[in-house]
Amino acid sequence: MHKGGFRKTIEIIIFTVFMFFLFAPLFSMGIWSVALRWYWPNTLPQEIGLDYWLQALGITKSLTLGAVNVIPAFILSLGIAIIVVIITMAIAIPAGYSLAKLKIPALLKGIILILFLLPRAFPQQPVFINLMLMFNKIGITGTVFGVILVHLVVGLVFAVWITASTFSSIPPELEEAARSVGASRLKAFLKVTLPISTPGLIASAVFVFLTSMDEFTGTFFVGIPFVTTLPMTLYSASGSNIQFASVIAILLLIPSILFMIIIQKFLKAEHLGGIGG
Amino acid sequence: MAILKVNSLSKNFGKVKAVTEVSFEATEGKVLSLLGPSGCGKTTTLRCIAGFENPDTGEISLDDRKITHIPPEKRGIGMVFQNYALWPHMTVYANLAFGLQIKKIPKDEIPKKIKRVLSMVRLEGYENRYPRQMSGGQQQRIAMARALVFEPEIMLLDEPLSNLDAQLREEMRFEFTELQKKLGITAVYVTHDQAEALVISDKIVILNKGTIVQSGSPKEIYSNPKNKFVAGFIAVTSFLDGNVDSFIEEKTKVIVKTDDGLIIQGLNNSLSIGQRVSVALRMKAIKFIKDGNNEKRKKINTFRGKIIQLSYLGNTVDYKIQIGKWQIRTNADAKYDFKIGEEVTFSLPTEDIIVTLEE
Repeated sequence: MHKGGFRKTIEIIIFTVFMFFLFAPLFSMGIWSVALRWYWPNTLPQEIGLDYWLQALGITKSLTLGAVNVIPAFILSLGIAIIVVIITMAIAIPAGYSLAKLKIPALLKGIILILFLLPRAFPQQPVFINLMLMFNKIGITGTVFGVILVHLVVGLVFAVWITASTFSSIPPELEEAARSVGASRLKAFLKVTLPISTPGLIASAVFVFLTSMDEFTGTFFVGIPFVTTLPMTLYSASGSNIQFASVIAILLLIPSILFMIIIQKFLKAEHLGGIGG
Repeated sequence: MAILKVNSLSKNFGKVKAVTEVSFEATEGKVLSLLGPSGCGKTTTLRCIAGFENPDTGEISLDDRKITHIPPEKRGIGMVFQNYALWPHMTVYANLAFGLQIKKIPKDEIPKKIKRVLSMVRLEGYENRYPRQMSGGQQQRIAMARALVFEPEIMLLDEPLSNLDAQLREEMRFEFTELQKKLGITAVYVTHDQAEALVISDKIVILNKGTIVQSGSPKEIYSNPKNKFVAGFIAVTSFLDGNVDSFIEEKTKVIVKTDDGLIIQGLNNSLSIGQRVSVALRMKAIKFIKDGNNEKRKKINTFRGKIIQLSYLGNTVDYKIQIGKWQIRTNADAKYDFKIGEEVTFSLPTEDIIVTLEE
């Protein structure tokens, strides 16, 4: 009993500290986004209001320094992220499946996986500067298409690795059993392997989505000045207007939090348990 | 009538020869076991029959239909896997219905077939359970039901009972035999458990290092093991090696002289003089004679040794006895109560002395 009480106390302390580090910056950001006047030495803003939110969301117009309507940027980011997720998964599912299930020699398999990892293995700026020079030659810098390509490079790394490990965690007998009762290779994949690996695939898709929403370096080199995604507006606002920066940062958090809730639901789903029992 | 024929099947994985020139026939309505230690090629052979591996050479035919290179889904063979391989995201009903739906069985017949197969494996009313909500034994039976529900000509089983605990395993052996006899289904059964193979099989094929060592009925193999490997695998763990010395009683019995000069008399097993042989002692219900109980007349097949190790098992005691340079294991009634270092004497009837080839 006493031991349990002690354990509980420790858990609560750790949890509190964790929550502090997680939520304190968020909290500060939340206050900044509604602070109209906040000067030293006041602990809290002297005047609060939703002015910056309304301006950022394009409801009221303002001439404040750094003030931008972030809605188009948000929609652009969301659109790019969705396209990137679709293309990435369309590549990563067959690639991951092949790497996990087909009889590929171990050496070749290693080389393929390393190739996918390679873009992340180097400092990002030189990689993207080279990419920019290449894209310049074929004239796709400053286009949404170019930015999507950059996001694909980043997203595919995670997606292929996660899907490959998801597929290889599924016992091969499950597919073989399907084939022994008459299912073709494709049918066995669609009816057995795919549903069982859904949680892993969704996790990987969410990862790609969030990476695309947040991607800065590549977009900066390839997309500027014509493609303004949400992180780009955050960058330009953060230098001049901390209230706008806070509003954008919170907007960037929304899809992440929504997706975390979705993942939570999926990872708790009934059919997850008992694999390989 | 042979329904499944495997003809000089070979399969290599890179440089590893998994299966070499394996041939056998499974008779309709009978159980054929592929028995051997792990890595002997029995599972590879089974996977070639199922169609999950492509043999390098050789032929497999089912009912005179060549199936060597057709995909697994077109073979019409039921398979039960070692880890059951039930689909975790489907209920029992969906697991059983999957194959029937693919085979385009009329919709109103599917529930009937599922009901029937569930009653066969004594799991009526489990339609809506998920595999993880069932015990290992129940999952095993559902795996069996899934293979049986589409009424295949032949059923393959890959160590289906090895994940169960000992007691349940023995129960399931009988249950399997009963079901198999009732349905009259042909089965190829892979196992490394010789007791299991002896109980359930009509015919046993013993494999070692990818080749067939011996095949025959359980009784033939048990009473007349072809060599030391088979004898060791089926029943005996202790051997005395030597050479054939001479024959007696019109060549029905053989005298073997072991390497350290012991003379043993056993049944002749088409041997020739001077041949290298291993003598296996079938040590069951042995009557020991305590030393000092001096038996003057030196009887044939009387062994004298020293207890060098023992483990107490309650009713019985396991002894390791040193006889000459050989160590023999035996299990004896606890009433003997020997101590380590004690000299013991026992004799065996000729029938319990098996003389086999060393290689």
